[in-house]
Amino acid sequence: MALAFDEYGRPFIILREQESKSRLRGLDAQKANIAAGVAVSRILRTSLGPKGMDKMLQTPDGDITITNDGATILEQMDVDNQIGKLMVELSRSQDYEIGDGTTGVVVMAGALLQQAEKLLERGIHPIRVAEGFEISSRIAVDHLEQIAHSFDFSGTNIEPLVQTCMTTLSSKIVNRCKRSLAEIAVKSVMAVADLERKDVNLDLIKVEGKVGGKLEDTELIYGIIVDKDMSHPQMPKQILDAKIAILTCPFEPPKPKTKHKVDIDTVEKFQTLRKQEQKYFDDMVQKCKDVGATLVICQWGFDDEANHLLMNRNLPAVRWVGGVELELIAIATGGRIVPRFQELTSEKLGKAGLVREKAFGTTKDRMLYIEHCANSKAVTIFIRGGNKMMIEETKRSIHDALCVARNLIRNNSIVYGGGAAEISCSIAVEAAADKYPGVEQYAIRAFADALDSVPMALAENSGLQPIETLSAVKAQQMKEKNHCCGIDCNDTGTNDMREQNVFETLIGKQQQILLATQVVKMILKIDDVISPLEY
Amino acid sequence: MAVEKLFKDEATEEKGERARMASFVGAMAIADLVKTTLGPKGMDKILQSTGRGHSVTVTNDGATILKSLHIDNPAAKVLIDISKVQDDEVGDGTTSVVVLAGELLREAEKLVGSKIHPMTIISGYRMASDCARKALLDRVKDNKDNAEKFRSDLMRIAMTTLSSKILSQDKEHFAKLAVDAVMRLKGSTNLESIQIIKKAGGSLKDSFLDEGFILDKKIGLGQPKRIENANILVANTAMDTDKVKIYGARVRVDSMAKVAQIEGAEKEKMREKVQKIIGHGINCFVNRQLIYNFPEELFADAGILAIEHADFDGIERLALVTGGEIASTFDNPESVKLGHCKLIEEIMIGEDKLIHFSGVEMGQACTIVLRGASFHVLDEAERSLHDALCVLSQTVNDSRVLLGGGWPEMVMAKAVDELARKTPGKKSHAIEAFSRALIAIPTTIADNAGLDSAELVAQLRAEHHKEESNAGIDVITGSVGDMSALGISEAFKVKQAVLLSATEAAEMILRVDEIITCAPRKREDRM
Repeated sequence: MALAFDEYGRPFIILREQESKSRLRGLDAQKANIAAGVAVSRILRTSLGPKGMDKMLQTPDGDITITNDGATILEQMDVDNQIGKLMVELSRSQDYEIGDGTTGVVVMAGALLQQAEKLLERGIHPIRVAEGFEISSRIAVDHLEQIAHSFDFSGTNIEPLVQTCMTTLSSKIVNRCKRSLAEIAVKSVMAVADLERKDVNLDLIKVEGKVGGKLEDTELIYGIIVDKDMSHPQMPKQILDAKIAILTCPFEPPKPKTKHKVDIDTVEKFQTLRKQEQKYFDDMVQKCKDVGATLVICQWGFDDEANHLLMNRNLPAVRWVGGVELELIAIATGGRIVPRFQELTSEKLGKAGLVREKAFGTTKDRMLYIEHCANSKAVTIFIRGGNKMMIEETKRSIHDALCVARNLIRNNSIVYGGGAAEISCSIAVEAAADKYPGVEQYAIRAFADALDSVPMALAENSGLQPIETLSAVKAQQMKEKNHCCGIDCNDTGTNDMREQNVFETLIGKQQQILLATQVVKMILKIDDVISPLEY
Repeated sequence: MAVEKLFKDEATEEKGERARMASFVGAMAIADLVKTTLGPKGMDKILQSTGRGHSVTVTNDGATILKSLHIDNPAAKVLIDISKVQDDEVGDGTTSVVVLAGELLREAEKLVGSKIHPMTIISGYRMASDCARKALLDRVKDNKDNAEKFRSDLMRIAMTTLSSKILSQDKEHFAKLAVDAVMRLKGSTNLESIQIIKKAGGSLKDSFLDEGFILDKKIGLGQPKRIENANILVANTAMDTDKVKIYGARVRVDSMAKVAQIEGAEKEKMREKVQKIIGHGINCFVNRQLIYNFPEELFADAGILAIEHADFDGIERLALVTGGEIASTFDNPESVKLGHCKLIEEIMIGEDKLIHFSGVEMGQACTIVLRGASFHVLDEAERSLHDALCVLSQTVNDSRVLLGGGWPEMVMAKAVDELARKTPGKKSHAIEAFSRALIAIPTTIADNAGLDSAELVAQLRAEHHKEESNAGIDVITGSVGDMSALGISEAFKVKQAVLLSATEAAEMILRVDEIITCAPRKREDRM
C-alpha cells in the first residue's frame, strides 16, 4: 500500500486504522467494480423477453416471491456489494420514472460495463471511455427520436394502447391472458386519464387481489372495493342510490383530548350522566339520518349500542375502513370526509349508484363493492389467481402495464420492440463512430456492440442461435432500411415487429439508454475503493 | 478478477440446473408425502405439534397435513399454498391438486433432462390443460332441472367425498346428513348457518342432523326449562354492570351512605333495563355477554328464560334462524324485531345439557351433532364433513357433475393424448407428459388400495378407447367398473379447480431458473 513519509521516514497516517481497511486502487478497482456490475446484470439477463425465466426469492422471514420483474428481483436480492447496490438503484429509478423496462436497463448497463472492461485493458483512460459512451448515448437517443412513430388513439379507439400493454405483459407469467389484462389496464387508465392535460394519476387506480378463482376472473370495477363488511350482520347487503356519510369520528362518546374528569357524587348526577350518554348516541345516529345518508362509512369502531341504533334506524354502516380507502371513497363518490358529527351536511355526502356486499369461496371472506360512483374517476382492478405468489406477480405486471399506458398518454411516440430499436440504434451509432477522431471512436463502437446485447439476450432466452439471428436481423435492417425488424421470440415466422404488434414507448427506451449510460459512467470514474476489512 | 462478494453473509444463490433441481425435488417430496392419503383406501397421517402439549391430530385431509408442515424449500411452499387455496375455494381435492402438480413436475424434470426448454414445456402444458378442460366440459352432466336426479347426484358426490375419510364406514348416513343440510341453505354458500357440534361419546352412527338450532349453553337457574311459542330477544348488551361510557367519568363519594345510594341507583338502572327488556313481551332472552346474578334473578322472577354468554357466531346464527334482530338498545320495543320459535327445551346429548330451539321461522340453518369415540375422531369427522359440505354447496350453485374413480382423469388423458398426436413440434412431448401425469392419479388410487395399478390402468385405458365409456377404478372389488352404475360422482368445479391450479403451480415452478435466499432474519435469543 502506497504511503507518504515525512522527512524522518515515519509514515503519515492518512486513513484511520489503515491496517483494518482493505483498499483497491486503479485498474484493479475498476475491474472489481465492473465484475460486480456484470454479475448483477447476469442474474437478470435470463429474465429478459417473452421467454425469460423467473426468479424465486426467499425473504429473511421465509416468504417466497416468484417474479420476472427486474426491479423486484433486485430489491429483494439482499445485495451487499456497493456496485451491486448502484445497479439496484438504477433499476429502481427506471421503475419510478417509467415503470417498465427495469430488466432491460440493467442488462444494458451490464453490457456497457463488459465493453468498457475490454477498452480499459487496451489502456484507454476510463474518462475517455465514459465520454465516448456519453456521446454515443446522445446519438442513440436522437436516433430513437427519428425512428419513433407517433400513433393515434382516442377515448374510443384504444386498440393501439392495448397492443403496447400486451408487449409488456407478454414477458410475465400472466401472458396466458395478456389480452384481457391489457384491456383492463388500458380501460382503467383511460377511465382516470385527463386527456386534455395528458396526465394520469395512478393513485386513482387501486389494485386489489384475492386468492382463489382463476386469472381469467380478474375484473375491472368502476368503483371501489373495500375489504370490509357491514358492521351488523343483519344490515342490508345491497343499497341502491346510496348517499354515503364518510366519517372519521367514532360512534362513541367523545374523548376530549384535554385531561378532565367527571366526578359522580350523587345519585342525580349518576342518572343525568346516563341520560346524557343515551342522548349522545341517539343524536349521533339522528344527525346522520337527518342529512339523508343511507350508508355510513367510518374510520373507527362503533359501540354496541350505537351499532344497534344504526341497525334499528335502518342505516347500514361499515366500520374500521382504512384512511387510504376512505380517501379513495371520498374521491370516487364526490363526498367529503367529515371529522365531526356537527359538521355533517347533506352536501358533504358522497353518492354511489350501487353498494353491495359479495362473499367469496367457502371461507367467510366478504368484500364491499361501491359502484356507479358520482365521480367515476376512481377504478379498482380486482385480481383473482390460484395462489398468493401468482396474485402478487399479477399485481406487479398490471402495475407495469398501467405505467406503460400512462406513458403513452403523456407522449404517444412509440418505437418497435423485440430488440428492433436497439439494433437500429446500434447501426446508427456504428455509422456515427467514424466521424469522431480520437480515442472516443473506440468507445462509440463499443457502445454499438453493447446495444446489440439486448437483442442477443432476447434471442438466447428464446432458444434461438444468438449470433446468427442477430446478424441476420441486422443485415435485414440495413438492406431494407426497415427499423421494425427485431427478434422473433415467439416463433411466429416474421421479423417485422410492426406485423407482430410489438411496441415499446419512446420515453421508456430513451430513459433506459440514458440511465444505463449514466450509471456506467459513474462506475468507471471510481478508482479507489476503501472498505472495512472483514472482522 | 472474480467478484468477492455480491450478497450479504448467509444469503445463498442457486442457479440454472441446480435451482430447478432444488425446486423439483422439493415439490415432489411434498407430493409424495400426501400421495398415500389419496383415494378411498388412502392412509391417514398423525401430526404432532411442536407447541405446548404436543397435541396430536390424525387426518387424511391434504390441506390440514400440509398446513402443519414446517417447510424450508421454496417450491414446496408453492404447493402448500395451492392446496390451501383449494381448501378455501372449493373445500375438497386438496390432496389431488398437490399430487397432480407433483406429477406434472416429475414429468417436466424428465423432459428437461432430455433437453427440452422449460418454456416449451409450459406452452405444451397450457395447451394440454385447455384441452383437458374442454374434454371435461363435453362430458359433464347437469341435472339441475330435475330435482329428484339432482338430489341423487348430490348424494353420490357426498358419498364419494366422504369415502376417502374416516367417515367412510357410515358414509351413507353422513352423505344424507350433508345433503339435507346443504339443501336447506337453498343455494346460498354461507356454510356458517350450518352448525356443527361435537360431543364425545357414542358412536359416529349416532350423529344426527337437527332441523332446529342447538345452543351449547345451560339455562339459568330457576328459569323455565321448556317454553312453547317462544318470543326471543337476541341481544348484545352488557348485563353485568352497565358502565358509564362517557370518558373520564368516575365515582367519587365522601361517605358510606352515598356509596349505598349510588349502588342503589345502579341497581335501579339495571332493573329498569331489565324491565324494558321484559317490556318487549318476550319469554326468552339470549345475550352475547355475561348476565349477572341480579338481572338473572329478575328474569327468573318474570318467568323469562335467560341465556348468557352465547358466542358471537351462536348469536348471529340464532338471529338468522329465529328471524329476530340483534339488539343493543331497548328503548323502542315496537321497532325491534323479535325472533320466534315453536319450542325451546333443554335436551341431553350424552352427559351434556344443551338448549334446543325447534320449529324456527327460517328453515335455513340447522345443526349437525357429531358423536364419536374420541376427540381425534370428532375433529377428523368435522373436517371430513366440512369438505363434503363445501363441495355440496358449490355443486348446488354449479350443478355440473362428473363421474369419479379416476374417470375424469382418463377422459382428460385421452383427449390430451389425441392433441399430442396432432401437435407438431417439441410441444407434443410436453402434452404427452401431461397426459401421463393425469394417469398418475388413478394409478395412485389403485396403488393405495393395494391393487395392481399397472394392470388396472392399462385395462382402464383400453376401456376408455371406446366412445362414451363410464369405466373407472372400483376400489372395493379391485377391478374396472362402471362408475355411473356404482354411483361414484364428483363435482365439476372441484376437478376444474384441481386441473387449473395444479397447472398454474407447475408452470410457476418451471419458470424459475434461479433461487436467491436471503439471510434468515436473526431472532433474539429468548431462552
